[in-house]
Amino acid sequence: MTKDHIIDIQELAREFIVGAQTVRALKGVSFSVSPGEFLTIMGSSGSGKSTLLNILGCLDKPTSGTYFIDGVDVRKRDRNELATIRNQKIGFVFQAYNLLPRTSAVENVELPLLYRPGLGHRERRERAMHALEQVKLADRFDHTPSQLSGGQQQRVAIARALVNEPVMILADEATGNLDTRTSYEIMTLMQELNQQQQKTIVFVTHEPDIAAFSGRTLMLRDGRVLRDGPNETVRSAKEMLESLPPADDY
Amino acid sequence: MNFANLIRIALIALQRNKLRAFLTMLGIIIGVAAVITMMSIGEGSKQSIQQTFSSMGSNMITVMPYSNMAMPGGVRLGASSVQTLTISDVEKIRQEVTDISALSPGVSSNGQAIKGANNWPTNIQGVSPDYLQIRKLSVREGSNLTEEHVRTSAKVCVLGQTVVDNLFTNGEDPIGQIIRFGNIPFQVIGVLQPKGQNTFGQDQDDIIVAPYTAVMKRVLATIYLQNIYASATTEAVSEQATEDIIRVLRENHRLREGQENDFDVRTQEELISMLSSTSGMMTTLLTAVAGISLVIGGIGIMNIMYVSVTERTREIGLRMSLGAKGRDILLQFLTEAVMISITGGVIGVVLGISASFGIGSLLSWPTILSQTSMLISFFVCAFTGMFFGYYPAVKASKLDPIEALRYE
Repeated sequence: MTKDHIIDIQELAREFIVGAQTVRALKGVSFSVSPGEFLTIMGSSGSGKSTLLNILGCLDKPTSGTYFIDGVDVRKRDRNELATIRNQKIGFVFQAYNLLPRTSAVENVELPLLYRPGLGHRERRERAMHALEQVKLADRFDHTPSQLSGGQQQRVAIARALVNEPVMILADEATGNLDTRTSYEIMTLMQELNQQQQKTIVFVTHEPDIAAFSGRTLMLRDGRVLRDGPNETVRSAKEMLESLPPADDY
Repeated sequence: MNFANLIRIALIALQRNKLRAFLTMLGIIIGVAAVITMMSIGEGSKQSIQQTFSSMGSNMITVMPYSNMAMPGGVRLGASSVQTLTISDVEKIRQEVTDISALSPGVSSNGQAIKGANNWPTNIQGVSPDYLQIRKLSVREGSNLTEEHVRTSAKVCVLGQTVVDNLFTNGEDPIGQIIRFGNIPFQVIGVLQPKGQNTFGQDQDDIIVAPYTAVMKRVLATIYLQNIYASATTEAVSEQATEDIIRVLRENHRLREGQENDFDVRTQEELISMLSSTSGMMTTLLTAVAGISLVIGGIGIMNIMYVSVTERTREIGLRMSLGAKGRDILLQFLTEAVMISITGGVIGVVLGISASFGIGSLLSWPTILSQTSMLISFFVCAFTGMFFGYYPAVKASKLDPIEALRYE
């Protein structure tokens, strides 16, 4: 496998045994992602989207087929090695933010660094503050999640995904809990990270208008790739945000 | 993950729920405080028993005549009627046994002490000057007996306070006065420092001390001794001294191998060990009860940790997705449990110390804090935390990150 691809997947299949039945969630999926790409994975529920996401995130292993992330063959790794891959190569962004309650923003961002050996307290704090600056929340570093809005919480979560400088940001319905305006804000941030810092982003969603912000869309149906190709017109989230009517103050 | 990180993670997690952490600790706090207080009370009463005996002369060795032989008809005789101990035994012991610091023959008689119109039933002890040292008695006024008094069978005596009080009712100075014991006149040469009652309620001041020669010749008219008193140089060598005395006496009495001793040697050691074993039993009992409360505290930790793992399933899933290994999660929860129990232990130790001081001063019970009890309960605490925290921690570490993340 070439190291040119961040992700290289060949004939990936995943089967679950439920009682006496075998459920085939993924039936041979192949695609690859290059550095700096912004890929959206779309699909309705039951399309195998979540299963693919779990495998991409190294939380699950395929039944057959190969999955290379940054040149590392995931299939041959054990539970602990997968944890290390998640820690150093993947930055997760979840739909429900998943921040630790009653814990300050900067401490939340530091969380992945705690599981990385050889970092001192001061260096952790510096890197976490740097990540918060990237999502423009450095001034809120000591706020707890309950003191932040939904969009701000998601930005803290993105900072947490960035802090370990992963090869890929893996977002799971990251705008699913947000209103249109805030969704556009988050997508603006994602586009900036992708375009200005060449971060590789894999964004899982079921909303077509969110997919339109990415450079490439992969459509899943029934455990197979239905369509995979570049988006003809990539919309700018920033422009969309500016075109929205100014927020009403109720 | 290094140790400092672990502590940090656990601390942050505990801070998020301070009240719960404290309530979880409470069981441990009470348990440890109870163990320390109970042990200090137990230790205190043990030592006060030992002190009582020590003031009676705890390294005192007493030799008594003893015989298994029965009179015709099967009647066995009491120790004082058996005549086996003699002055030559005392001389032999003095020459051959090195570990004793004082030695005195002993004969005693009960009778009426009379002075003028007053009389008082008491006990006369015929002894040598060493006797006061052996029994930890001292002379308050006048002087002790001397070797000269013994050699000349002088009719002199030293009185205990009770005897003085009953014979000299007008408060006159007893020194130099003549009293009678039965029909025998004795001149008072000294008065003993009052000692009060011993633990068995005997009045230790109801005594007349006189040279054994005088008592043997003039009061009892006997050549046999009733007792030999000795004092071991230290309590540690009292066993050695006892063995030596037995050996010397067997030689002197020409007892063959296999023949039974015709005397009996007793040390206070045996009495002390018997009494302290009784109070040791009490200590064990109290500590066991306190230990049970420590175990209950531990179960409290387990309970809360278990709930905490369930409640924090999503957090565990998140940590795993961010790169925490199963071992990291296990150690985190274990550290939390141990930190709860150790903090509880420290608070418990402080509480236990103040409680035993409080009991000591309010109820004036003797309490003695032992470092061992503190160390033991501290380590038991840490162990309790580890033991009862382990199962919930293992449960947390075995969670599937996918399911844990989706847990509602």
